[in-house]
Amino acid sequence: MKKLAIVIVLMFGGLLFYSALEFPPWGDPQAPASTHVSPRYIEQAVSETSVPNLVTAVLADYRGYDTMFETIVIFSAGVACLLLLRVYRREEIETRLYRHLPTGITLRVKGERKIPKDSQDFEQIDLTWVPYDLAVKTTCRMIVPFSMIFALYVIAHGHHSPGGGFQGGVILGASVILYAISHNLRLSLLRISERLAVLLCGLGVFIYAGTGLLCTLYGANYLDYSALSQLLGVDPVTARSHGILMVEIGVGISVMAVMVHLYYNLASAGRHDEGL
Amino acid sequence: MIWQIELIVLIIVVICGLAAISIKDLLGAAVLFGAYSFMMCLLWAIMGAVDVAFTEATVGAGVSTVLFVAAVFRTTRRTRD
Amino acid sequence: MSELLLLIISKINYWVYILLMMIGLYAIISKNNLVKKIIGMNIFQTAVILFFISIGAKKNATIPIIEHGLHPEGHAVRAVDYINPLPHVLMLTAIVVAVATLGVALALVVKIYQQYGTLEENDLISMLKE
Repeated sequence: MKKLAIVIVLMFGGLLFYSALEFPPWGDPQAPASTHVSPRYIEQAVSETSVPNLVTAVLADYRGYDTMFETIVIFSAGVACLLLLRVYRREEIETRLYRHLPTGITLRVKGERKIPKDSQDFEQIDLTWVPYDLAVKTTCRMIVPFSMIFALYVIAHGHHSPGGGFQGGVILGASVILYAISHNLRLSLLRISERLAVLLCGLGVFIYAGTGLLCTLYGANYLDYSALSQLLGVDPVTARSHGILMVEIGVGISVMAVMVHLYYNLASAGRHDEGL
Repeated sequence: MIWQIELIVLIIVVICGLAAISIKDLLGAAVLFGAYSFMMCLLWAIMGAVDVAFTEATVGAGVSTVLFVAAVFRTTRRTRD
Repeated sequence: MSELLLLIISKINYWVYILLMMIGLYAIISKNNLVKKIIGMNIFQTAVILFFISIGAKKNATIPIIEHGLHPEGHAVRAVDYINPLPHVLMLTAIVVAVATLGVALALVVKIYQQYGTLEENDLISMLKE
């Protein structure tokens, strides 16, 4: 099998080498990739949409359909992970283990009675519990709020600096994952429960598609943001800029929810009891 | 684009890619994959694609490495190949 | 000989991209472990993204963000001064699709391990044949 793989790889590599001799020289401004549509995007983007970041303008306005379907792709990845991994417990558990936080004593509670989830003194543990480190907990507790604020800044400043909806959404999801890693997975499930994460997945797609539908209600094409100028009371150029912002918020919400949901299901193999 | 920096980063990228698929410990493969992602992000930042480099830095070197480590934690760490 | 060297140096991005793609393809075809195959798939995807970004580069051009001093007074924005933003847009979509595919692939791997207890491909095939 390995010999066959080497033969195939060398054959494909040789073909690609031969075709790479025909490429235009690197960095040429007259290369075919840079001459047909993109000069129009570079020269007209600011006068038509008033957004200086060309990548955000092309991503959310000129090529808005692709971004909408990409949001749908990431939403379906979240749904697929839910369907594959999630295990709802059918059998009843006989004993649960609780740990008293001030003293460190472990209780074993039998039967149907259980201590409520958000009590201050007891936390539920499993057989694979390890003691959490104080230095890691304190440092991450200080980092998580600031990284969330930074993520909101990245989403809001996508018009003028590198950034936008995706990057901000992933940083938001990463800060929740950091909270779940440094503290307990159950504690993170108290803050952002599974129901909220799945709801937010769908809400992001709904905001994006809903903005496009709102534009058709005012008589323009689907996802043509200049029709929002009647709703917002500004001229069409600024209305396109605001439409881009609304769409980026939708994308950010959806991406954050899917990242959090993927981590919850992968780290606990679907059972949502104890993670990394 | 300074060609010396680009040459060094390209060589490191190829070495990281080769090492990530031939190491026998899956946790080491996940960490080397995170290093490979980060070197690619530097390469794109050198070439002027700042948005793409930002996205790869958060997605590739952040969330993707964590997902790999979580999957290795739930399955086995050793491999014979 | 010197023109061959010049040819290699001037297009070095393309040679490295072909090399990385072949490394990824080799890992997908010939490795036995499922996680190694997934790593090979991701190396392949990032190599393709490298190719697209290096198509859009231009000499002596700056990043595709127009500075504030140039609008709205009507200074002409020349397309030669800015790096082509169109491949960047397509590659943002490609990166997000890559991480979505990675999430679903790792979910499948965890489920296979829970069911069969191993991740090596030849063991799995012999278990399925019985």
